Amino acid sequence: MSETQEKPALMTRPIPAPAVTVESKPFWDAAAEGRFLIKRCNACGKAHWYPRTICPLCGSDDTVWQESPGEGVIYTYSVMHRSPTGPYALGYVTLDEGPAVMTNFVDVAPDGLKIGMRVKVKFQPTENGPPVPVFTPV
Amino acid sequence: MSIKGKAYIMGAFEHPTRDAPDKTTAQLHAECAKGALEDAGLTKDDVDGYFCAGDAPGFGALSMLDYMGLKNVRHLDSTETGGSSYIVHVGHAAQAIAAGKCNVALITLAGRPRQTGNRPASRAGGGGGAPQGLSDGPPEAGFENIYGGTTHNTYGMCAMRHMYEYGTTSEQLAWIKVAASHHAQWNEHAYLKNVVTVEEVVNSRMISDPLHLLDCCVVTDGGGALIVTSPEIARSLKRPKVKVIGAGEAPKGPLGGQHLDLTHSGAVWSGPRAFEEAGVKPADIKYASIYDSFTITVLMQLEDLGFCEKGQGGKFVADGNLISGVGKLPFNTDGGGLCNNHPTNRGGITKVIEAVRQLRGEAHPKVQVQNCDLAIAHGTGGSLGVRHGSGTVILEREA
Repeated sequence: MSETQEKPALMTRPIPAPAVTVESKPFWDAAAEGRFLIKRCNACGKAHWYPRTICPLCGSDDTVWQESPGEGVIYTYSVMHRSPTGPYALGYVTLDEGPAVMTNFVDVAPDGLKIGMRVKVKFQPTENGPPVPVFTPV
Repeated sequence: MSIKGKAYIMGAFEHPTRDAPDKTTAQLHAECAKGALEDAGLTKDDVDGYFCAGDAPGFGALSMLDYMGLKNVRHLDSTETGGSSYIVHVGHAAQAIAAGKCNVALITLAGRPRQTGNRPASRAGGGGGAPQGLSDGPPEAGFENIYGGTTHNTYGMCAMRHMYEYGTTSEQLAWIKVAASHHAQWNEHAYLKNVVTVEEVVNSRMISDPLHLLDCCVVTDGGGALIVTSPEIARSLKRPKVKVIGAGEAPKGPLGGQHLDLTHSGAVWSGPRAFEEAGVKPADIKYASIYDSFTITVLMQLEDLGFCEKGQGGKFVADGNLISGVGKLPFNTDGGGLCNNHPTNRGGITKVIEAVRQLRGEAHPKVQVQNCDLAIAHGTGGSLGVRHGSGTVILEREA
């Protein structure tokens, strides 16, 4: 009961099931276990987001999945106020590994976000799909 | 090969409707095409090049060519860069004409977002995208679409970052809407004709911070069309000649997340390409049509096109500097997407249309720029906050 009243204020919006492709399935399988994977390229050494088989930075196909602590800082955000399920925050996190990740910020009040704030990944359940990464202030 | 002087815009038409419950999208495209051809003094049988984007219904160009009975077309282009497509098409039409691929190019845009739930047709499943069932969908979908990104909050993210990096304020952004509203009051077709103040903009309802309701463009049905011709045909027509002297295009995206930079747009590349080809500088421009899906869109593009230093856009637009007859750079004198018209959520074509009006001296007398002989039309399509396409054209009046 209290959950339904608190959730909108903390911007924990319901998230639809993600489209899982043959390319992204390892990511979502790990997400179901609470592990956050990113792709790193053995040729250029850089991590990228969203995950791809061929490195978008150097073009090599020698990319591997790597587990990430899922920590970084808020690059930017915007709180959408026109929403039937309450306000929610769309934003980008710059991971400590380098790439920027589009996400939602949760468990935080609409006025509680700031650019540069440190955040950490958590996984939020979806209906009929794997849990998805969202970020919350550390 | 440069396109400079190789093509002329000889026909332009903006559909007067802003709400079209009784028309189909194909019908609107055809009405716009007819209007632009009549404006140029040409007929449909003169058209040998056709340009459209994702708003064209059915099988895009193939459906529309057949619907409109364009039997002499020998060159097609369906380049899709969102709302900037139609500005990019002007450059592509000039290229095609310069290469001898066509002599009379028709560009159309039309749609009915007010009737179909505020979604471009291409996104609603019935538009010009890939046939359903043959595609996995956008490759980024699983990692982005789930987060509730809309045009409002993706542009909101840009505005938030711009404010953070450069100290831009909501009051400065509001000046852009104020200027557009000053122009729209004279446009009988404008969707919003009331003049607004900075206070009214910043006190309007917050949509997705820091963007308020009045920082957003209108949602309208309607459309527009352009006719681009060879110099020989231009000389045979009775209308004032608007010469295409420079064009540039550029895509921009996060590129693996290592290059996310939401305070710059693709205009940092498309603008200089167009200016270089035209052989003119931003300071030479007498009138600017700047895509205005949101106030922040205008501010960033003015900076990226070189009208002011990066980060100085807020100071540049303040105090009415975009108002015709008042400020240093008259912009969007039809009221723009912010007040006049943003047909099918892709307003690029209206940017070219008002630039043509200005160069012909056919803008409303209250907003007509004196001795307007050089104009820019610039657009952004997709989302500044995610991935977008940027298109710039520079147009010159030929006496």
